[in-house]
Amino acid sequence: MSDITLAPAAGVTPIPLGEVLPWAIFGGLLLLLAIYFIGAEEGAMSLFSGMYVHEFVHDGRHLLGFPCH
Amino acid sequence: MTRNLLIRGMIAGLLAGLLAFGFARVFGEPQVDHAIAFEEKMSQAAGEVAEPEIVSRETQAGLGLFTGVVVFSTALGGLFSLVFAFAHGRVSSFSPRATAALLALAGFIAIVLVPAIKYPMNPPAVGSPDTIAARTELFFVMLVVSVAALAAATGLASRLRAQHGAWNSALIAGAAYVVFIALVQYLLPAINEVPEQFSPTVLWNFRVASLGLHVVIWTTIGLVFGVLAERVLASHRPSYRLQTAR
Repeated sequence: MSDITLAPAAGVTPIPLGEVLPWAIFGGLLLLLAIYFIGAEEGAMSLFSGMYVHEFVHDGRHLLGFPCH
Repeated sequence: MTRNLLIRGMIAGLLAGLLAFGFARVFGEPQVDHAIAFEEKMSQAAGEVAEPEIVSRETQAGLGLFTGVVVFSTALGGLFSLVFAFAHGRVSSFSPRATAALLALAGFIAIVLVPAIKYPMNPPAVGSPDTIAARTELFFVMLVVSVAALAAATGLASRLRAQHGAWNSALIAGAAYVVFIALVQYLLPAINEVPEQFSPTVLWNFRVASLGLHVVIWTTIGLVFGVLAERVLASHRPSYRLQTAR
C-alpha cells in the first residue's frame, strides 16, 4: 500500500512540452519585459532617457525590493 | 491548455496585486514617507538644493504604486502558470492545488527570501546612486543562482527518490540547497550603505512590510491559481475529478 501513496504519479498526465514551449517562450518574454520596466528601467539600465518611469513606479520598486537608487 | 492556464495565472496575479496594493498602502507607505523625510532632512543639512519633483508624492504613493505592484504581480502570475504547466505531472505528481501551493512556496523562498537575506530591500535614502549598477548586478546574480540552485535541488530530489524515498530525498536535496546558498552568500560581497543616522526602526518596519507584500502576492497566486488550474485540468479530463475528489 505504501507504494501507492508514495507514487501518485499514475493519475497525472503532464501537458506535452510542445504545447507548453511556444507559450513559455513568447509569454515568458513579454512578462519578463513587464517586470523589467517595473523593476530596473531607468535605474541601472535605460531603454528610454529621462527618469519618468523610475519616478512613477518609485514606491513600488522600493517596496518590491528591487535596487532603486 | 497552456493558454487557459496562462490566462488564469494572470487573473490570480491581478487579484494578488490588488490585495498587495492595499497591503503596501497601509503598511509600506508610512515607512517610505519616513525614509523620504529623512532623505530631505539630510540633503537640507548638506545644503543641497531640493531636486525638482518629476512625479508628485501623491502619484508615486497612489497610481504609481498601484501600477508597479499590479503589473509586477500580474506578470508574476503569468510566469507562475507557465512554470506550473511544465511542472505539473513532471516535477510534481500532486493535485493541481497542492502543486500550485508548493510551487508558490518554492518561488517565495528562491525568488524573495533567499536573495533578501543577502541583499535586503532598502527604503529611499539607503544606497548610494553611484553603486546602483553594481548593486543591481549583484542582486540579480544572487536571484539567478538561487532559482537555478532550487531547480537543481528539485532535480536531485527526484533522482534520489527511487532509492531513498520521497521524504529522505527531499531532506537531502533541501540540505544541499541550504549548504550551497550559505556558501554563495558567504562568498558574494556584502553591501551596507545604510546612513549612520537612519532610524533602525524604520529600516526594520520597511523590510518587514516589503516581505509581507511578497507573502501576500505569493500566497494569493499559489492558492487562487491552484483552484482555477484544477478546474481547467478537470474540464479537459473528465475522469480527473474522481481521482482528486475531496
